[in-house]
Amino acid sequence: MSTFASTSPAAKTSGSSAAPAKADSRTRRRGLLRWLFVAPALAYMALFFGYPLVRNIVMSFQHYTPKTYFTGEAPFNGLDNWRAVFADELFAGSLWHTALFTLGSLLGQFTVGLALAVFFSRRFRLSGFVRAILLLPWLVPMVVSAVVWRRILDQDHGMLNSALHAVGLTEGGVPWLNSPGVALLSAILVNIWIGIPFNMVILYGGLQEIPRELYEAASLDGASPWRTFRSVTLPMLRPVVTVVLVLGFMSTVKILDLILALTSGGPADSTQTLGTVTYQLSFLQLDFGQGAVVGNVLILISAVFAVLYLRANRADFGKGK
Amino acid sequence: MHSRAERRLPPAISVGLAVATVALSLTGCAATPAPDTVTVLNSATDTAEHTANQKFFDRCAKPLGLKVEQISVPADQVASKALRMASSKSLTDILELDGSELPQFAGTEGLRPLKDVGVDTSGFSGSATSLGSYDGTQYGIARSVNSLALIYNTELLKEAGVEPPTTWAELKTAAKKMTHGSTYGMAFSASPNADGVYQFLPFFWSGGGDEAKLDNGKGEAALQLWKELVSDGSASKSVVSWNQQDVNDQFVAGRAAMMINGPWQVPVLSAQKKVDWAVARIPVPEAGQDAIPPIGGTVMAVPKNEDSAREKNAGKILNCLNTRKNQLQWGESVNNVPTRAAAARAYAEQNPKLAAFADLVTTARSRTAEVGTRWPVVGDALAGAFQSVLTGRTSPEQALHRAQQQASKGK
Repeated sequence: MSTFASTSPAAKTSGSSAAPAKADSRTRRRGLLRWLFVAPALAYMALFFGYPLVRNIVMSFQHYTPKTYFTGEAPFNGLDNWRAVFADELFAGSLWHTALFTLGSLLGQFTVGLALAVFFSRRFRLSGFVRAILLLPWLVPMVVSAVVWRRILDQDHGMLNSALHAVGLTEGGVPWLNSPGVALLSAILVNIWIGIPFNMVILYGGLQEIPRELYEAASLDGASPWRTFRSVTLPMLRPVVTVVLVLGFMSTVKILDLILALTSGGPADSTQTLGTVTYQLSFLQLDFGQGAVVGNVLILISAVFAVLYLRANRADFGKGK
Repeated sequence: MHSRAERRLPPAISVGLAVATVALSLTGCAATPAPDTVTVLNSATDTAEHTANQKFFDRCAKPLGLKVEQISVPADQVASKALRMASSKSLTDILELDGSELPQFAGTEGLRPLKDVGVDTSGFSGSATSLGSYDGTQYGIARSVNSLALIYNTELLKEAGVEPPTTWAELKTAAKKMTHGSTYGMAFSASPNADGVYQFLPFFWSGGGDEAKLDNGKGEAALQLWKELVSDGSASKSVVSWNQQDVNDQFVAGRAAMMINGPWQVPVLSAQKKVDWAVARIPVPEAGQDAIPPIGGTVMAVPKNEDSAREKNAGKILNCLNTRKNQLQWGESVNNVPTRAAAARAYAEQNPKLAAFADLVTTARSRTAEVGTRWPVVGDALAGAFQSVLTGRTSPEQALHRAQQQASKGK
């Protein structure tokens, strides 16, 4: 832009000393204008994301109780909240459960979602109909699915155990929700079921974007289906895969409603996650300071993954320019 | 020709609009209602309950020249809604909380002692008084209360030739005897939340357990009883995930001969024809002892208000709601026991089937009388204890020892 300024008629007539000043003020004006356009977005971000975030961080260093709401006083108590939360065995357990839950859910949702997307990307009769049915878990409210699954997973009268018994796989019922060793796995399975449609739809969309010619070329080269999938489908799908995984991660790591409705964190705290612990501390024990600590840990984990995501995609942005 | 519909507003105007909207919405929540209106925050989101409530409110408000407006939110959101309203100084004139939440609010010093607004609480049962008290001062008044009892399937008991059990030993034998096929002898809720804790307390307290000192050596017996019922198959292993609703479903489906539950299930029980039922007291460790169940229900409190006339109006409404006649009618409409001793007696006479509940609330105990604002933490610790015993993770002694450590952390 500065090159345009030096060739403008004004610059030519007013001599060499005035030219940079004028160009300066112009760039400044442009810069200002640019900021003006960005300002509403920035103000919005600051108000609705920045403020709560800062408040949550500050709150984790305060003794924030019901009294605070009446008096407005929240005395600072240093690292007390952090120490109390980290000293609690429940926190370490919930961190571990959250990791298992997130990893297991993502892995299951993604693999099944991708398999279904690939399967349905071929056209055949009733494909649209079956695909519509597969969207069902997505349409049902989380709490409703949890209640239905609670029935299905009931140890004595649940459908799953009856089915397993009928085909002679188990004797005397699997304690899906009643045993600390199994409950987390059941929660993961239910969450996978809920997450499959999302993965399938996005990946299906991604598959449609891949040019047919690539597959033709691959088949001319005599590539096997597996080789085609690995060398054509997967690389072309990469940007979509990152989006699916990051979005899936964000929604899984903070899971709350599903677990509350399915197991309430039990039995014996075996399905407590960071989400349920925050809920318990903030809204049942009304210790908002300690609740904020767990919330901050969640934010931190999400932030780490957001940064990783941005880094992974930086190369793509470069190409875009 | 069509004109372009998407003409953008000039930025200055749109920014102005946005600021105006934010400003409006901020001031909007602090609006004060008319001086002759008494506002109530409660959990009557169910239409029938909301209407019934309004009928009682109107009946009391009209003679005083007042109006009552209810703001109803789901029960588990009342506390957080009330806190948000408190921070914007727009709390309602009457606040109806679950009895177990009262200490948290009384502890903030944001509630007015009922005596100061002219509410008369003489003639109330001791348990009801303690439900609304914090630190020796009464902040909340309960129109009616509930508790837990043993509800049994009369047919199955007759078939097995057993009487309704009165002691723990009888309970175990009776439950065992009636367990066959797809029917369990006994059902209760041991879920890791308020439901399970509420159901554990009658056993814990009757056995001598103490919520202020969980490891006093007497609470183990109750854990042992629950554990035995589950391990000998008299109760389903699913009790660790059943809430009180699930327990009732099992009973109504004929899959449980006896259950622990409360009077709020009576409408469901009365509406079905499959199972004949009756109510008995909760069994106690030794014959002749009194069962000590927890007392539950909601209490109405009066938040502090700079306008003392509003506080006084709220007090007048509370007095009217709690006359003997109004309490009795209210109690019958929600199947809960009135809190005036005289009204409770009349209730028991008029509802012989529920007399057991009316008797129980006289010996019932408030969850928060001893530990006050620490109840949520103690309740959580107790839930952890019975959950880990029932799933075979720890012994009763270890479980209660750990629970006490948990309950006293950060004290």
